[in-house]
Amino acid sequence: MKQKQSTMKLLALAAGMLTIGAAQADLTVISFGGTNQKAQVKAFYEPFTKETRIAIVQGEYNGEQAKIKAMVDARNVTWDVVEVESPELARGCEEGVYEKLDYSRIGNKKDFLDSAIRECGFGFFVWSTVLAYNADSLKVAPTSWSDFWDLKKFPGKRGMRKGAKFTLEFALMADGVKPAEVYKVLGTKAGVERAFKKLDQIKPHIQWWEAGAQPPQLLASGDVVMSSAYNGRIAAAQQEGRNLKIVWTGNIYDVEFFALPVGVTQRDAAYKFLATVGKADNQKVYSSEIPYGPTNLKAMAQIPAAVAAELPTAPANAKTAVASNTSFWVEHGEDLEQRFNAWAAR
Amino acid sequence: MSAKAIGEAVSGAPSETATPLKTQLRRAERLKKLKYGALIAPLALFLLLTFLWPIGALLMRSIENPEVPEALPQTLRALAGWDRQALPGEDAYAALVADLTENKGSRTLAVAAKRMNMEEPGFRSLFMNTARKLPLEPGVDAREGLLEIDSQWGELGTWQLIARNGRAYTDYFLLAAVDLYRDGAGNIVQADPSASIFVDIFVRTFWMSLIVTVWCVVLGYPVAYLLATQSSRVSNLLMIFVLLPFWTSILVRVAAWIVLLQQGGLINMGLISLGIIDQPLQLVFNRIGVYIAMVHILLPFMILPLYSVMKGISPTYLRAAVSLGCPPFKSYWKVYFPMTIPGLAAGGLLVFIISMGYYITPALLGSPKEQMASYFVAFYTNETTNWGMAAALSAVLLLATLILYFVYNRLVGSATSGARPR
Repeated sequence: MKQKQSTMKLLALAAGMLTIGAAQADLTVISFGGTNQKAQVKAFYEPFTKETRIAIVQGEYNGEQAKIKAMVDARNVTWDVVEVESPELARGCEEGVYEKLDYSRIGNKKDFLDSAIRECGFGFFVWSTVLAYNADSLKVAPTSWSDFWDLKKFPGKRGMRKGAKFTLEFALMADGVKPAEVYKVLGTKAGVERAFKKLDQIKPHIQWWEAGAQPPQLLASGDVVMSSAYNGRIAAAQQEGRNLKIVWTGNIYDVEFFALPVGVTQRDAAYKFLATVGKADNQKVYSSEIPYGPTNLKAMAQIPAAVAAELPTAPANAKTAVASNTSFWVEHGEDLEQRFNAWAAR
Repeated sequence: MSAKAIGEAVSGAPSETATPLKTQLRRAERLKKLKYGALIAPLALFLLLTFLWPIGALLMRSIENPEVPEALPQTLRALAGWDRQALPGEDAYAALVADLTENKGSRTLAVAAKRMNMEEPGFRSLFMNTARKLPLEPGVDAREGLLEIDSQWGELGTWQLIARNGRAYTDYFLLAAVDLYRDGAGNIVQADPSASIFVDIFVRTFWMSLIVTVWCVVLGYPVAYLLATQSSRVSNLLMIFVLLPFWTSILVRVAAWIVLLQQGGLINMGLISLGIIDQPLQLVFNRIGVYIAMVHILLPFMILPLYSVMKGISPTYLRAAVSLGCPPFKSYWKVYFPMTIPGLAAGGLLVFIISMGYYITPALLGSPKEQMASYFVAFYTNETTNWGMAAALSAVLLLATLILYFVYNRLVGSATSGARPR
């Protein structure tokens, strides 16, 4: 039941948004909600409001681009700053949904990871999709995606993201594809067949999830014994005392962005907000609140070793990691999602 | 006033006017019609603006295809007389280079590239990368230059796809909504089974709606009968039990069902503590959970029309039948039941049509195997922002519902007209 709460929250929010639109001087910042948003409030929203005396109206969504596109098309943009994943950003940038950024108003480009600087989006953290398991229900620890597929050794349900992205990649790795070659294989027809065939093996044992908050709940309640999950959400559950563990082998990492929809009304405040987000001090606070890696190189150097070891950017964690291939998903996303839907509905 | 005068006033102008009575009557009728028309005009206008026009605009989206003609006008002009059998001539290549150079980095090109990528994954980058590398150096031949950038420009399929999208309207989305597509030569063919989904989804939508309707009849009929036959004090109280859930938000009721039905939920725990089952039953996130919640939510739509019809059936009919020697069950079946058919028909149609568009209940209580057509409309609207596809699916759903409605009307409508109690 909890897993569906986010959908309901979203509906409540949608109703709320209608009334919020009127507040002019405030800055509306939309994120993905949950523990991630709480960390953003502490690390970015609060310092920003303190400094500029501009209040922030918080909102959350699940990354659907339709609402933003409709706002931009109707020239009635009520969202000022939006958190966006990288394929959506790339698409939105080309199609005129997001503004081209003026980096002179944000900070020195050299202070940041190269992958964080995009034409229309400012990358502010590095996150990862990992294999997580409940150490209370599994006596032997799984170590890789092959173990995720091993129903004999690890009986029980598995959680996976309901979609092609971050599902097909794992299937291929479980089938023995090297991390570096995942997208090359997935780019071929035979590779796609191979991934779906591998998924067939565990299909009846998969519990699909949609919102990032679900996997820790499913794991904690014992509904699934292991799951793909966002590393930050698992860490938050660990802090609440849940005995959940992360396997970093074959994780997929990506940068998350803030972007401004074309026709944003609070442009000045929005840029000030991005500058606040880019500051090393604030990013340090963010990474200690939720273990997502900072994009500011100076912040990376300041983070204590214990915290740094839990980040996707830690060398040990990044060793067998796959960088999510944005252009691959921009290109093949729709086709593979359609194929995935057809497969899942059967 | 004399009787004669009154008679003349009533019959209108007497014989001295030339207009025959028929014309006068027609004129009076016309005036009356105009008056009625003026009275309903505001509502008709309102419906037109808020209902018919948006639906029309939505349906138009499923055939609109402006992206490619906007981005590649010169190329399409060069391809106008092309037979699509062999690669086009030099002028088409030159026109394409001109179009791409002109629209380099523009939104127009990105949207056109996205549109073509829907049909053939890989076309987005083909267009975007090619445009990025243009203009060609002076003196370089257009065909050779393009082939140098990407060998796909030398493939027939690439050009067929551009030509196919050359008009402002397309049947691509509507065909895709029933698992069909056009191949390179323009023939309609069946989609690959691994990517076929929508025919199954529509069949599933109908099937699930049918099951829900049948259950609503089975459960709703006795309740409506009870309501209609009890004294008003009792029936009012019972009516509150029907209406209270009816007035509660659907989301609240769905959430409540999740609480009740889940593995550690009230129903499973109760059954286990009573010793009826050992292992919790899987009652939610599958077909059973969706059926339970949908039947619960839609029951009032069956009960209320049935109740209003049953309320109008006088008990004397039944008494008369029994007093004439008809056995109780037979008299019920032969006399009472036929008179409730209009209620059953109205309730059944309501429940069935509402079920066809159900979205939130299967989305929250079902697995991917329970999703109905609306889920995919939402998917294409929100997640992939492919509004053409969303509109096409809606159009197919609307059409199927209308056809069904007419068939239903034929079958039930003729049956009910004879059985109307009043």
